[in-house]
Amino acid sequence: MSALHSHTLTQLADGLRRKRFSSVELVGEFLARIEKSQPRLNAFISVAAPAALEAARAADRALASGAAAALTGVPIVHKDIFCTAGVRTTCGSRMLENFVAPYDATVVAKLKGAGAITLGKTNMDEFAMGSSNENSYFGPVRNPWNPQLVPGGSSGGSAAAVAARLAPGATGTDTGGSIRQPAALCGITGMKPTYGRVSRYGMIAFASSLDQGGTLTATAADAALMLREMAGFDPRDSTSVDTPVPDYVAALEEPIAGLRIGVLGEFFDKGLDADNERCVREALKVLEGLGAKVRQVSLPNLPLSVPVYYVVAPAECSSNLARYDGVRFGHRCENPRDLNDLYRRSRGEGFGAEVKRRIMTGTYVLSAGYYDAYYLKAQRVRSLINADFIRAFDSVDVLIGPTTPTPAFPIGAKTDDPITMYLNDIYTIGANLAGLPAISVPCGFAHELPVGLQIVGPHFSEARVLGTAHAFQRATDWHTRIPVGYA
Amino acid sequence: MSAWETVIGLEIHAQLATRSKIFSSSATAYGAPPNTQANLVDLGYPGVLPVLNLEAVRMAVKLGLAINARIAPLSVFARKNYFYPDLPKGYQISQYELPIVSQGSLEVVLEDGQVRRIGITRAHLEEDAGKSLHEGLPGMTGIDLNRAGTPLVEIVSEPDMRSAKEAVAYMKKVHALVRYLEICDGNMQEGSFRCDANVSVRPAGTPQLGTRAEIKNLNSFRFVERAINFEVARQIELLESGRPVVQETRLYDPDKGETRSMRSKEEANDYRYFPDPDLLPLQVDAAFIAAVRAGLPELPDQKAARFATQYGLSAYDAGVLTASRELADYYEEVVRAAPADAKLAANWVMGDLAAALNKEGLEVSSGKLTAARLAGLLQRISDRTISGKIAKEVFEVMWAEGASADAVIESKGLRQITDTAVIERAIEEVMAKNPAQLAEYRAGKDKLFGFFVGQVMKATGGKANPAQLNELLLRKLRG
Repeated sequence: MSALHSHTLTQLADGLRRKRFSSVELVGEFLARIEKSQPRLNAFISVAAPAALEAARAADRALASGAAAALTGVPIVHKDIFCTAGVRTTCGSRMLENFVAPYDATVVAKLKGAGAITLGKTNMDEFAMGSSNENSYFGPVRNPWNPQLVPGGSSGGSAAAVAARLAPGATGTDTGGSIRQPAALCGITGMKPTYGRVSRYGMIAFASSLDQGGTLTATAADAALMLREMAGFDPRDSTSVDTPVPDYVAALEEPIAGLRIGVLGEFFDKGLDADNERCVREALKVLEGLGAKVRQVSLPNLPLSVPVYYVVAPAECSSNLARYDGVRFGHRCENPRDLNDLYRRSRGEGFGAEVKRRIMTGTYVLSAGYYDAYYLKAQRVRSLINADFIRAFDSVDVLIGPTTPTPAFPIGAKTDDPITMYLNDIYTIGANLAGLPAISVPCGFAHELPVGLQIVGPHFSEARVLGTAHAFQRATDWHTRIPVGYA
Repeated sequence: MSAWETVIGLEIHAQLATRSKIFSSSATAYGAPPNTQANLVDLGYPGVLPVLNLEAVRMAVKLGLAINARIAPLSVFARKNYFYPDLPKGYQISQYELPIVSQGSLEVVLEDGQVRRIGITRAHLEEDAGKSLHEGLPGMTGIDLNRAGTPLVEIVSEPDMRSAKEAVAYMKKVHALVRYLEICDGNMQEGSFRCDANVSVRPAGTPQLGTRAEIKNLNSFRFVERAINFEVARQIELLESGRPVVQETRLYDPDKGETRSMRSKEEANDYRYFPDPDLLPLQVDAAFIAAVRAGLPELPDQKAARFATQYGLSAYDAGVLTASRELADYYEEVVRAAPADAKLAANWVMGDLAAALNKEGLEVSSGKLTAARLAGLLQRISDRTISGKIAKEVFEVMWAEGASADAVIESKGLRQITDTAVIERAIEEVMAKNPAQLAEYRAGKDKLFGFFVGQVMKATGGKANPAQLNELLLRKLRG
């Protein structure tokens, strides 16, 4: 088998088990590609080459002895927000530039337990705050389809790595679209599960009630395989849910004939690029051709998602990031004069502009006299949005629309205008506010750039969401396109 | 009557006696070397999450049931945000708008026998912070996070107390209660039981409250009383000289016996409370409450009522003996071993024993004088081997030397003299030595009877049976 990198994660796992190639070969090929791509894409913050090769040798021994697990020998990469014992976890921030966690996140431990090998840690917007990956202390990630453009964010490194075939699969986190939006902009598949489906233990918190770990892969089938190994109740995360994890892989082939698809009127607004809209409408026709029934639905409170999100997420982040105080870990300023100086300079130097903006916004909306008008009201609207979704799912099985308003935009185009930047997540935030599973799959090209189709399902309907995406991918080939220079 | 009325409310922090912390698996034991009982959760490391310790919930429910409070079917943990080096996460997990316990009360018996009902607004669960250390670290501050994450229940009273003495009586009652319930060790030196006092004064008879000062971190009953009394006097002096009381937080300095300003209302933190998104709302169902109720021990008031009827004690004595579970258990053990006179046992436990313990700063549970030993002494009084007066002497030796009553009576020859002939001989010798007094007595000076009793007691080394002595002496003196 030549050009191993062009195969899907599912194919590679299968090939390893059939001994068509070794894990050492596979890991070696991807490590070489990562090294070569780094000056162009900057998708990685850390690469763990020696440890990965060591793990590959052990995987080959396990494969030889027939003691292999589902992902034995398969290389993957982790967004640098997941704590990994022995490899630094920076969260894209100067604050944690030299932080090495003394433990593995549950997601990392589970994937390791399933036999996966970690090649490295991917670049990201600082503390997952951003939609373009321009907010990383380690520099912006570039889009493999065009290096002048952003890859999306905050899981921009993971999306670029999978799109450029630097790894067959990556973990990501999605607080307001941070998996789906970069997946759409890089032409790959990005899956955000139901809130509580994947443990948050060891996943550095941005906004605890919205953060959810997920996958970035070439296909929905790959997402099903990775998610099956990542998901499940974790006694160390009180918000993880104790319900059994279905075999998402086995459920992929369920036919979608008769599937009731709701098309969200609110998503086809004036902000939506005409070519993006064309791709999404064509995708709906494909699904109709597979026997799905498409109807229009309305979620009247959904347009309030962005303002609600930009109250709730900063509020939680202002508190979650208080622990970075220069006392126990992370960046500490030189020669603090006193305690306040230690706090002020350590945090002032350690955090970037967007993180500071959100900490200040969050501090403001929680402060005495403003709490009711902002935080409490936002929480009320959040329940209304949740209720809108639940009502919609009475009459449809999944909701479908665009993942983003436009394809990838140039680096620097929106950095001066945070509000415009925030509107990038206008279609993805709703699923986070309601805690719903959602996937973005490639559905065409606009201006020669990939466009994402978003499929949202009811709570814990990952199997249905993945199955719908898989059916679409069996009927189309958008997900097989690889950017020029990375094939 | 004073022109001013004092109004006091207390916020008591009781450390719950769980083995592990409220949101992590670290041990809670006191006194370990710094930072040896702090894991990644206690240190607030990136990525870690809190998981609620159900034992802490059980203990809070126990308290709630014991004060006839409402147990919330759904309560919410909130974050109290502020920066401090011994607060690792930059916020304390506490309960704010929806506490687990609310609307309870306790009855307190004052010294004059008056009963006062003190309302308890709420009791909520929260985590303790760590400690900042300065000793031996010139120019630096050390941080010990062993205490960080230790479960606390904060018991907030209504402003129902009208004097420092009432406040102390209430605090003692809560102290006894948490120890009865075995939810707190009550150790005040180690900070397991401490309180903040909200103090204000107002012109007697006015309904609205005066401006209050909050005195922080009082960790002994004596300090509570002194701090409140100082604060009341300070506020009255301010008001009488036409100056306002400022709403502020004050600290009590036990060395100087005064309170001083820590921070004013304007400087107070805005804690930006909001529900902790890492923890789901805490649900407590009826079955859980019923199970906790079934495991409740006999409570102090129930025990006092039983002591009064079962042992024929006054309400006051029953109250004193049930003030702590250890004392009550000790008393009952004494009565079981020496059942003849429960009242006598009560007098000894509250009298000589309490005084001896107090003198050495010991608890009844110290084992210095076991209940069996004290019962042994009481039995010798009941069977007239020794008199009550001799018993005090025997007690002192028992206390000092750790001996049994019988051993002391034998070795010191203190067995009571009940032989009529021996007592008569002693009376005759005393009469012969004091002819003048004898003549006066016989001339009608009855008061001298006491003199003769004393002389005969002295001659018999205090061992003559007092009743027999009285009877024989009366007969002999009359001639």
